[in-house]
Amino acid sequence: MSTHPIQLEVNNLTTCFRTSTGNVTAVDDISFSLKKGETLCIVGESGCGKSVSALSIMGLLPPSGYVKSGSANFHNDNLLSMSSSQLERLRGNRISMIFQDPGSSLNPVMRIGDQVSEIFKIHLHMSKKESERKTLEMLRQVEIPDPESRMLAYPHELSGGMAQRVMIAMALVCSPDILIADEPTTALDVTIQSQILNLMIQMQSKTETAILLITHDLGVVAEMANNVLVMYCGQIVEYGDVKTVFNSPVHPYTKALMQSIPIIGEKTKRLDAIPGRVPSLNLLPPGCRFEKRCSEKNTNITSDCQEKIPPIFNLNDNHGSRCWLEKED
Amino acid sequence: MSKLGRVSKTLSDNFDEDLLLQEPMSVWKRTFKRLWSRRSGKIGLLLIGFIFLIAFTAPIIAPYDPQEVLIGKEIVKLKKREGPCIHMLGCDSAKPQHLMGIDGNYRDQYSRIIYGSRISLSIGFSTVAFAVTGGVLLGALAAFFGGWIDNIIMRLMDVILGFPSLLLAIAIVAVLGPGIRNALLAIAIVTLPAYARLTRASVLTVKELDFVKASITLGASPTRLLLFRILPNSLTPVVVLATLGIATAILDAAGLSFLGLGAQPPMPEWGTMLGSERNQVFSAPHLVFFPGIAIMITVLSFNLFGDGLRDALDPRLND
Amino acid sequence: MVLANIGISMPVFWLGLMLAYLFGLLLKDTIFWLPPSGRLTAGLSSIPFFEVWGWDVVSGTAKSRVLEFFANHYIFNALITGNWEIFKDAIRHMILPVIALSTIPMAIIARMTRSSLLEVLGRDYIRTARAKGIKNTNVVTKHALRNAMLPVVTILGLQMGGLLSGAVLTETVFGLAGVGRMLVEAIYARDYPIIQTFTVMVAVAYMLINLIVDISYGFLDPRVRLE
Repeated sequence: MSTHPIQLEVNNLTTCFRTSTGNVTAVDDISFSLKKGETLCIVGESGCGKSVSALSIMGLLPPSGYVKSGSANFHNDNLLSMSSSQLERLRGNRISMIFQDPGSSLNPVMRIGDQVSEIFKIHLHMSKKESERKTLEMLRQVEIPDPESRMLAYPHELSGGMAQRVMIAMALVCSPDILIADEPTTALDVTIQSQILNLMIQMQSKTETAILLITHDLGVVAEMANNVLVMYCGQIVEYGDVKTVFNSPVHPYTKALMQSIPIIGEKTKRLDAIPGRVPSLNLLPPGCRFEKRCSEKNTNITSDCQEKIPPIFNLNDNHGSRCWLEKED
Repeated sequence: MSKLGRVSKTLSDNFDEDLLLQEPMSVWKRTFKRLWSRRSGKIGLLLIGFIFLIAFTAPIIAPYDPQEVLIGKEIVKLKKREGPCIHMLGCDSAKPQHLMGIDGNYRDQYSRIIYGSRISLSIGFSTVAFAVTGGVLLGALAAFFGGWIDNIIMRLMDVILGFPSLLLAIAIVAVLGPGIRNALLAIAIVTLPAYARLTRASVLTVKELDFVKASITLGASPTRLLLFRILPNSLTPVVVLATLGIATAILDAAGLSFLGLGAQPPMPEWGTMLGSERNQVFSAPHLVFFPGIAIMITVLSFNLFGDGLRDALDPRLND
Repeated sequence: MVLANIGISMPVFWLGLMLAYLFGLLLKDTIFWLPPSGRLTAGLSSIPFFEVWGWDVVSGTAKSRVLEFFANHYIFNALITGNWEIFKDAIRHMILPVIALSTIPMAIIARMTRSSLLEVLGRDYIRTARAKGIKNTNVVTKHALRNAMLPVVTILGLQMGGLLSGAVLTETVFGLAGVGRMLVEAIYARDYPIIQTFTVMVAVAYMLINLIVDISYGFLDPRVRLE
């Protein structure tokens, strides 16, 4: 395990996809850092680029995707400029990733035990007997009942929650420095969700792993995050620690998000939704991408909002917002 | 796309201008565009066009009549099964030009191959037309009515599929007697079950969709429903299979003719030409080589086109 | 894949004839020469193994027929009797028909494998395997290939049908006295009983092979197994 306080530093990451209608920018100039033991949540709507950011860092983009610019430094080594064999040594070992749909993320023709013990063999160079023993231990740690017989099971024989536990087990075999979790609970029942999240918190406290958690569920953010990144249309629009962002959001989009959360106990006639729709990545406006749906525009700055993309204004040490309203004149 | 255009008019114009900016394209145009952009579809279509051209202009481009026996008609005495004489490549210009040589009956092979394209294309299309019509009909009936009708039809299809296709075709032709018409019938029967199965699967899927149930409750007639709503949605895989089926039909027909069971001499069908000359392959290889190449290029073109069509129609490859 | 596309467009009898011409005539005086027809060179004959070993077999009995059946497989026979000359000769006679007959199914399987593998490589669990840090070659061979083989196995059974049909044509080309050629000759001679028998036999064989394929599918794909 490393003693560096900052595990991952992403600077100006831009990722594009090649499509038949031209190149589309899915992630536009994002920067953040992830510290040891910290949980950073990236939150945003479907299609805002949060998953693509994680895949870019891991080097797991589909063939039509490529990183246009930026760096992702893991302990001072840029992940984006590493060779594939260097990346292969880090993946599953120092940086792990778990995905959204555990049912389809496990190899259907391999037994669960084999899929977990594989990691022991590859990264920790253990013998077959040794890795099987360790696999059993790992499955117990993630609270899978009756691990001896579960080891021999195939993925289609497991429930969603069980499968996700297996994924977590696989990810934490080598006690990685960073765990990237891409919507780990989205495909699960609500009751199972909280079990999985608690499991992740537990495992994190044992190993001091930094977690990069990607989700669109604000409830998950509230429960898990130390810090939050709000993304919209490929850009970071607000960042900060979770209490600040939730209680005193600054960016109009974040404010609208917080407002749209229904409060249990309060009666309303309609749910507060944000009017309009996310602009298509093919037809992005020249200025602020949230401008058309923003309810805080004022006539002073409207032309700026429409013509120029606002930079991220740092409000204080750990809070920033990408909005012209924050510009101090 | 056009549906979205209509819906967006009910929302405020501010938000949806960008949707209206994208022009809707009809399904055919988009399919053709995607087909053209892939190499296999493009080459396949071009080759098919080329072969059709040859077939149509056969009387014009063939230097001799395909059935014309040339013995005694030429100035210079011809040898039986003489090799190609191409003036451009150095053959003595006193000898008459025969681009692909002369066959065992003193006929010009080049002309026969050109006319053979007509036969092969008509074999391909007529076989598939028959098989598709029959297969789609049977499959749709089986799926729509279910129950014992479904059972009988599908068991019949299974019986046919229980035999390797060429062997069954051989058996059918053996019973009916050799000849090109019987060969066509045999090949059509043998390839029919594939279309029946495919149509049945498609219709079963579409039948269970909610819009069908809704239409029936609203009083729509089942036959109209079948013809105008269900079938068109199920036909895409059939079209792809039919294109590839033309390729298989041409190959099977050539195989039958090779064995003497399909087109009979003196018809200039490529398989027949190959079959009658096969024992002379060592002394007159050109009589085996050229018909075979002709078959290969024709079948290849339909295979490539079918592949390209399948990729172009694949709904998963959305842009 | 261009080769595969060409491969499935060739008529098998043409391929056989062209191979026979190439290896039987053009390469006649080279070491690449292969005999274009028959099973053994004229003058050589294969001695059944039971004669070589001096077994006492009364011809015409059921037992003798079974033994003859095995002895007729010249390659197998030569192997167990240690007759290397016949062994090599028989194999050399088999090379061309085997290549001619197998090329087309090979091309079909190649295409199927390629498209199946491409599809599997886009699946989520392959992404997981990569995220675990498995080397790319191992991702393909250990994780992707097994899944990709499932549809290929399905068409293997169907290919047997193609092999049986193709055998008819290949035997005609190479002058091998097999079931296929007997069927064709029976057709010319309008020998209906033989046509019926052979057709049914072939159909039964085809069915059995497909049954075996279906059952083996359960061994490969755990999702399909009956509990």
